[in-house]
Amino acid sequence: MYYLRLVFKNIFRHKLRSFLTLTGLVVAILAFGLMQTVVNAWYAGSDMASAQRLVSRNATSLVFPLPVYYRDRIRAVEGVTAVSTSNWFGGIYKDMTPANFFAQFAVDHDNFFDLYPEFRTKPEELLAFKRDRRGAMVGRLLADAHGFKVGDVIPVKGTIYPGTWEFVVRGIYEPKDDTTITRQLYFHWDYLNEQIKKFYPRRAEQVGVFIIQIADGSRAAEISQAVDREFRNSLAETLTETEKAFQLSFIAQTETIVMAVRIVSFVVIVIIFAVVANTMAMTARERLAEYATLKALGFGPGFVAALIVGESVMITTLGGALGILATFPVAAGFKAALGSFFPVFKVAPETVAMQAASALAVGLLAGILPSIRAARVKIVDGLRYIG
Amino acid sequence: MKIPIAYVFRNLWTRKLTTLLTAGGMALVVFVFAAVLMLDAGLRKTLVGTGSYENVVLLRPAAQTEIQSAVYRDQASLVETLPEVARSEDGTPLVSKETIVLIAIPKRGSDKPANLVVRGMPAMGMRLRPQVRVIDGRMFRPGSSEVVVGRAISEGFDGTSIGEKLRFAGREWTVVGTFDGGKSGFDSEIWGDVDQMLQAFRRSAYSSVLARLGSADQFEAFSARIAADQRLILEVKQEPLYYQDQSKSLSTFISYLGIALSAIFSIGAMIGAMITMYASVANRTSEIGTLRAIGFRRSSILAAFLAESLLLALAGGIMGLVLASFLQAFTITTMNWQSFSQLAFGFHLTPSIAGSTLLFSLFMGLVGGFLPSVRAARLEIVDSLRAA
Repeated sequence: MYYLRLVFKNIFRHKLRSFLTLTGLVVAILAFGLMQTVVNAWYAGSDMASAQRLVSRNATSLVFPLPVYYRDRIRAVEGVTAVSTSNWFGGIYKDMTPANFFAQFAVDHDNFFDLYPEFRTKPEELLAFKRDRRGAMVGRLLADAHGFKVGDVIPVKGTIYPGTWEFVVRGIYEPKDDTTITRQLYFHWDYLNEQIKKFYPRRAEQVGVFIIQIADGSRAAEISQAVDREFRNSLAETLTETEKAFQLSFIAQTETIVMAVRIVSFVVIVIIFAVVANTMAMTARERLAEYATLKALGFGPGFVAALIVGESVMITTLGGALGILATFPVAAGFKAALGSFFPVFKVAPETVAMQAASALAVGLLAGILPSIRAARVKIVDGLRYIG
Repeated sequence: MKIPIAYVFRNLWTRKLTTLLTAGGMALVVFVFAAVLMLDAGLRKTLVGTGSYENVVLLRPAAQTEIQSAVYRDQASLVETLPEVARSEDGTPLVSKETIVLIAIPKRGSDKPANLVVRGMPAMGMRLRPQVRVIDGRMFRPGSSEVVVGRAISEGFDGTSIGEKLRFAGREWTVVGTFDGGKSGFDSEIWGDVDQMLQAFRRSAYSSVLARLGSADQFEAFSARIAADQRLILEVKQEPLYYQDQSKSLSTFISYLGIALSAIFSIGAMIGAMITMYASVANRTSEIGTLRAIGFRRSSILAAFLAESLLLALAGGIMGLVLASFLQAFTITTMNWQSFSQLAFGFHLTPSIAGSTLLFSLFMGLVGGFLPSVRAARLEIVDSLRAA
């Protein structure tokens, strides 16, 4: 018991130094947690993917569409229970600023929402959406960000499909849980197709991807191959993969940046390690005479070493705990400010565990080097030592 | 009377571990700071180097990138007849009608595909881009299923070495050469014959038209003429500006990320410097008293401690900068969101980055060392002599 009291008293001997070290720790642990959360947010889209959904796209690349008549042939593949379509629209709302960016997809209005049960819709709104050719379904996050209400008309300037398009909000879908991203607008593919037919007949009757629902998630690989076999050596070969793999293929393209953030998040831990190690080295050096006195009184080298490591760990535990506590409100503020970049911005339990683990590791490592020196010091030398 | 700098230097030298840890912490912060600036500079260099001001890019209105754009054959032919367009010795207009698509190829050492730009161009395309040279193999022959690949691609992607065949658009394309775009965005592209590509991809329209003007000053006249012509509903941009716009969001992202990280990290490093300097003052209380007693002024003490902190920061700054300069050997390939394709760019160290990095580290030293130095300067002679 007196061991803990001694350690605790030691911390507050240099109030200013301990306070500075603690501040540094809180900032570092907070920064580490935020960066890990950013990395997680990057992967949010793939977390939402269901194992029961496959995505089929043009094998050359996503820029190339697939003919819509593939749908019936995919539907006939054994194991497939439903097929829907989705088409990236790539329109600009108001201007090019990131705050006004959101994704629009032209989808099969009839069954798209059946395939995505994680989007909670009201039956009457869904019906109204299905009935209105210019109708659109808007996610909760998007609706809140721009103040869209049912009945509003949203004008969007097409970049891939020229012209200004107007969509009427017919419903707002809610997320099932906090991994669901509700920042998109879905409208009728039929509406898109009929306009294209008028102006660019060559580009009509085409969709971006097919979303395939299968009954048994464990047969995903087999069914994917069966679908691709169906269209081998055709004009538009398909590439079918699970929705998760499809989403991850986007993230993989920006992997370098994710890697950089991840590496840098560990650099901040190394920096704070240097700061804490420095504090402990100085503290131990100043108290060498004290440690010699303790030894002279009969305390073993182990006790002296434990005294230093204990102090180091106690400081980092305190700093780590404060840092973790601060992470939640700061992450919430972050989300409020950057919600359009990161629709899902949640501090994961693993992140908290990693924060705690790194605080502990920093405390242990920073205490070890000075404690070895203090444990080894000869009583005579230590007593003679002056700072 | 000033305190000699040797005294300052030896103070740091005596406490090697502390000095090393503090400077090391600062070096890491400086490293991150410099790395981000270098990355941004590298990106800019890549994209500015991608074009020349005499060239203009013509796209369909509202198309942000060449990928989204379409220029009909009659429009493209009309552009060739405009008077501002330069002509070669034999009178052919210096215009390159091109088609641009994306294909997905796995990155080397992984099975995950990444998007690459494939550009179909006539023989004129090479002439309009004098900065591009074939460094290995030869150029593709017009009218054949041959392609040449940019340097960054041949290093980073599967099946892109000379002699290998790439399969896309239902055909096999033989890689016959590698070209060096002088660290420009072209290094991340695959080039082939435009007519072959149009056929293979079943397209009837070009994606974009690149034209050389008589001189860069004629741009105003040229764009006014396009705007006035009812048949040419096209958007005109000078080539370097077009490529700059392409990377605006990536560049903004990198600088925001960098500023945020540097700001957070520098707090840690400044605290580290402050702790070290406070300890340095506390350890030497009686020494400071002695210095004051033999006639050194408060201002000299302040200067000496500030100098110590600045020296510490400078050491960290130089360490960080040296570390960061090694980054120039690396190339980063990542997706440019606007064009939705891979872009390779490197770290680029400029004298101004080196300067601002060192200034940044000195600033950290100044902030971290100021309060402790003031404390040292304000010590009373009698108290401090008694302290030991």
